[in-house]
Amino acid sequence: MFARGLKRKSAEDAEDADGGGAGVPAAPSYTLQRQSLLDMSLVKLQLCHMLVEPNLCRSVLIANTVRQIQEEMTQDGTWRVVAPQAAGRAPLDRLVSTEILCRSGREQEGEGDGPLPDPAPGQAPRRPQSSPWGLDGSREGRGGFQKSLDHIFETLENKTPGSVEELFSDVDSSYYDLDAVLTGMVGGTPSGPGLPAFAPAAAAPPSSTCRSDLGELEHAVEILVET
Amino acid sequence: MERRKREKGKERRKKGKKTGGRAGREEETKRKPRADIISTVEFNHTGELLATGDKGGRVVIFQREQESKNQVHRRGEYNVYSTFQSHEPEFDYLKSLEIEEKINKIRWLPQQNAAYFLLSTNDKTVKLWKVSERDKRPEGYNLKDEEGRLRDPATITTLRVPVLRPMDLMVEATPRRVFANAHTYHINSISVNSDYETYMSADDLRINLWNFEITNQSFNIVDIKPANMEELTEVITAAEFHPHHCNTFVYSSSKGTIRLCDMRASALCDRHTKFFEEPEDPSNRSFFSEIISSISDVKFSHSGRYIMTRDYLTVKVWDLNMENRPIETYQVHDYLRSKLCSLYENDCIFDKFECVWNGSDSVIMTGSYNNFFRMFDRNTKRDVTLEASRENSKPRAILKPRKVCVGGKRRKDEISVDSLDFSKKILHTAWHPSENIIAVAATNNLYIFQDKVN
Repeated sequence: MFARGLKRKSAEDAEDADGGGAGVPAAPSYTLQRQSLLDMSLVKLQLCHMLVEPNLCRSVLIANTVRQIQEEMTQDGTWRVVAPQAAGRAPLDRLVSTEILCRSGREQEGEGDGPLPDPAPGQAPRRPQSSPWGLDGSREGRGGFQKSLDHIFETLENKTPGSVEELFSDVDSSYYDLDAVLTGMVGGTPSGPGLPAFAPAAAAPPSSTCRSDLGELEHAVEILVET
Repeated sequence: MERRKREKGKERRKKGKKTGGRAGREEETKRKPRADIISTVEFNHTGELLATGDKGGRVVIFQREQESKNQVHRRGEYNVYSTFQSHEPEFDYLKSLEIEEKINKIRWLPQQNAAYFLLSTNDKTVKLWKVSERDKRPEGYNLKDEEGRLRDPATITTLRVPVLRPMDLMVEATPRRVFANAHTYHINSISVNSDYETYMSADDLRINLWNFEITNQSFNIVDIKPANMEELTEVITAAEFHPHHCNTFVYSSSKGTIRLCDMRASALCDRHTKFFEEPEDPSNRSFFSEIISSISDVKFSHSGRYIMTRDYLTVKVWDLNMENRPIETYQVHDYLRSKLCSLYENDCIFDKFECVWNGSDSVIMTGSYNNFFRMFDRNTKRDVTLEASRENSKPRAILKPRKVCVGGKRRKDEISVDSLDFSKKILHTAWHPSENIIAVAATNNLYIFQDKVN
């Protein structure tokens, strides 16, 4: 309705739009609306990773909206936990922090659509980016919801806590410190626009590579000096 | 209130004043397509000057012409006085991020001598600019000729004393201070303190206090960054010093709260002196409640007794002595309340509108969509919607009030909500400190309106 740059309609058009009720669909159910809002918000958060310099206020507001929906869905019981590692933990503990949501969004793009681990029989997955009030009859869209959740939890499974990238983190100031870099406190290079360096706990060893390089250099110097 | 329109578009009228320094050169440089979008508007303390900053990092200053006895009806018009490039785009190589040159805010310093001083800021760096006039130049150097070329000392047979000769008036802008490297996040506000010695700059998570003379350090006075960034749920959206009490300032947040802080209480003002928040209306609750409660601007009244805040749908006036609710609430465009989901989808819900007081604190003004702006008279409780557009009003004509039709039958002059143009938003406006002259920025055009002269 409110696409940017939409020109004003003439009087007749406006009246026609108001008057013609034939094509207007019935009001979608609350759950469907909420699901659409969640999907839209997740897409927006993903976009903020692509932007060169994301607007922090906007990101925080969207993330808070997502959390709100999650909390409500958890209370409703519609936020179902599927991944095995969830056994023994209360549902509320599964509220994912914002940065994981954002990162998992990017994972989704990178990996493409993985197979549904446990598709509910008879339900086709809903496209996550359908229009907000897009409806397919009375389907609740649980299959699609399950799929996006699973992507999030797969990501949780695969990443170790120490290597988690923070959505809102500024770059650790020690990154700028040459000494810190050489001693392996911070390893790796930025892997793209707007992404902070990975923490050392992550995969092996940019840090040990540094150290081994230094070691070789020292060795080379020793040889030169001795000769 | 009647308004006669006098429009200043992108045209520049030099009228014998040359703009000096970089301005002459920058005209040759090609600007990016959206660089002319105005991003801030501010009158100086006397109203003689009006500054605008744009997305391309350029500052344009207008000056009010002296009123002439011959043309009584043409009360001082604003003409271009100076143009200069304040900020350039930068690249942060370590983060691989571009730093926009867009001017987020301009604030004037009170005038203390013949020169004018203003602060302008982009996302990361604040600069103090000196704008001064030069109408004389020295002539008759011994070692240089009139074009500035060095003379061969062997040819000099006599010495003379250079004299100052009149020249065409030239307005020069020079950067006097650069306050850099103090903000990790994006600067959203700057505010000059009433002591005229210090000012503050606020970003999403921190507020810093500067002394004008010292550029290599600043005091951090507010820090709301959580130890664990995963716990971040609230950011600072605007900040301002009290107009008279140099120890007092306020800052607003994305959760719709305002904190008033006293710098005498402690060095780090993380604990507020007062906390202003209106309880939520449960009947209006939705998933968008928090987003629309986010405060986009906060302004002290000239008296210092009130603060005004702008959130997405309303303007509120608060009494500093009452923290639990505002004393006045004005609906800017409540007809958008039922459209919030669409506005969330197209990101309009994140638009940051500013708000301003008139000189006597009796009228407040803020912008809306479709190039509409709204004024609220606090005494009579009357409000008006006006439009800043070339197509819908002739120059020097009195502005016609506009009306948005909410539903049902639309009258002839009304506009229906669905016909509003959401790409035409008025985010920045300014009010002359003592007269009824307003400046309204509509995308890349600046409109100046004033009261009808009888």
